[in-house]
Amino acid sequence: MSLDKLRSLYKAVILDHAQMPRNYGQLTDFSHETTVYNPSCGDKIHLTILIENNKIKKIAFNGEGCTISKASASMMTDLVKGKSIKEAIELSQLFSNLAANKKSDTLKLEQLGDAQVLVNIMQFPARIKCATLAWWGLDRALLGKEKEEEND
Amino acid sequence: MAKLNTEKIKQDFPIFNQKINDETLVYLDNAATSQIPKFVEEKVRDFNEKERANVHRGVHALGLRATNQYESSRQKVANFIGANNAKEVIFTSGCTDSLNLVAASFGEQNIQAGDEILVSIMEHHSNLLPWQQLAKRKQAKLNFIEINSDGLLDIENLKSKISSKTKIVALTHVSNVLGTINPIKELTDLAHEKGAIVVVDGAQAVGHFPIDVAELNVDFYAFSGHKMFAPTGIGVLYGKKDLLDKMPPYRLGGEMIANVTREGATWAEVPYKFEAGTPNIAGAIGLGAAIDYLQSLDFELIQKHEQELTSYALEKLKNVLGLTIYGPQKSNGRIGVISFNLKNIHPHDLATALDLDGIEVRAGHHCAQPLMASLNTESTVRASLSIYNTKDDIDKLVSSLHEAKEFFSEFR
Repeated sequence: MSLDKLRSLYKAVILDHAQMPRNYGQLTDFSHETTVYNPSCGDKIHLTILIENNKIKKIAFNGEGCTISKASASMMTDLVKGKSIKEAIELSQLFSNLAANKKSDTLKLEQLGDAQVLVNIMQFPARIKCATLAWWGLDRALLGKEKEEEND
Repeated sequence: MAKLNTEKIKQDFPIFNQKINDETLVYLDNAATSQIPKFVEEKVRDFNEKERANVHRGVHALGLRATNQYESSRQKVANFIGANNAKEVIFTSGCTDSLNLVAASFGEQNIQAGDEILVSIMEHHSNLLPWQQLAKRKQAKLNFIEINSDGLLDIENLKSKISSKTKIVALTHVSNVLGTINPIKELTDLAHEKGAIVVVDGAQAVGHFPIDVAELNVDFYAFSGHKMFAPTGIGVLYGKKDLLDKMPPYRLGGEMIANVTREGATWAEVPYKFEAGTPNIAGAIGLGAAIDYLQSLDFELIQKHEQELTSYALEKLKNVLGLTIYGPQKSNGRIGVISFNLKNIHPHDLATALDLDGIEVRAGHHCAQPLMASLNTESTVRASLSIYNTKDDIDKLVSSLHEAKEFFSEFR
């Protein structure tokens, strides 16, 4: 079979992040928070962020997720830590472009660090949501949209 | 002994004439939608090429032929589900539409503050949300029948939850996650004793075993065509005629009226009162053809085949170390909808691995999040069987599961 095919999708760096996620947990002291859901599988990511002087001082995530969504959250949190809000939103935009298959120059993509490997996921349309969930959460948290409102 | 000829059946379905991810297609997502046989497609095409016209309107020849075909499909459905009268068969866009019709029409008219609606914890969202939201609008109470540790409906729990306050009992005939077949007749007797009406979601039942709505004595029975070899976008609501007669229309527009003036309108008879607008004529004809196709195969053989295959699959899956099957562990009292999880592998990752081998399964919460919560999981992998599946398909599934397990365990 497809062990080779599996390897081309699940690169070692993805499995490594999923196995030992960076910044996993929940901050006790945070300024921003959000929970996002992947409605197709019920997965959720809860983000807590501490912003000081317009910079992301600390960020953590927890929740339920598959290999791709956990790895992506781990990579995202690693990447945006220490960045300004503006820089973080720009990175998120860069990642969205990657997901939407829009051309970005290679130099810019390098700014995504480990998260660049997620480009492979984009060949599996059914899994794109898994990869973008954490980034969507970042946007929501930074742009000030709080928890999903319950419709009742 | 007579057996279903699965090889011949597979040839009836053009979808199998292709590779998926360079592999032979093993289609195990029949609970989401079944495939469509060439026979049904041809009937739909014939209609579009030779008889297409709107129904119940024109006086011309084509209009008459289209109407005759549409109504003959209605009669086929009525015979297929054991309805006494074809007027009790309403064509809808699918099971979800049918259930929403009952909630919006019967529910809106009959539910009052303080009334109770009883559903089971194993409902698909389409047989939960219409009732949940109706209860909220009416300040009625929504109660849940729980399941026991075998994944069966807890009958004692049902008896304790049903009372004279219960006005509607809405229950799935077969769970789309656990495969459990619920004892509808027993429930109907209990509900009617208390004066409640019974709404059954038959989406996972039709096409797998014979349905007799008169024998089950249900008040409403809903199902979709696309899970029983018909096109998507066509479904059925069966309702007892005396109930349907009293219910207000659900949508307003063409075909559903008797007379319209500037000031008001009177409604057409059932079933037309509930079929506003141009219906899915081609879909209804496709559904009729799917019934012809199913009946050409013999239900007894279908049931025997699916039960044997379910039994084989359960046994093989149980031998995979670290695999948990949700729902009844034996093949009796259930159909071939099998949900499972492999330890330490997320269902999405597993479904992707299987897909790379050409094996199509569903992973997710299966639109049954309250059930997932009661099973203490977020999501599962689901393999669901149909007439064209074989033991070879199950062997491929199991072998692919082993490989996926090996791959993901390297990193643990």
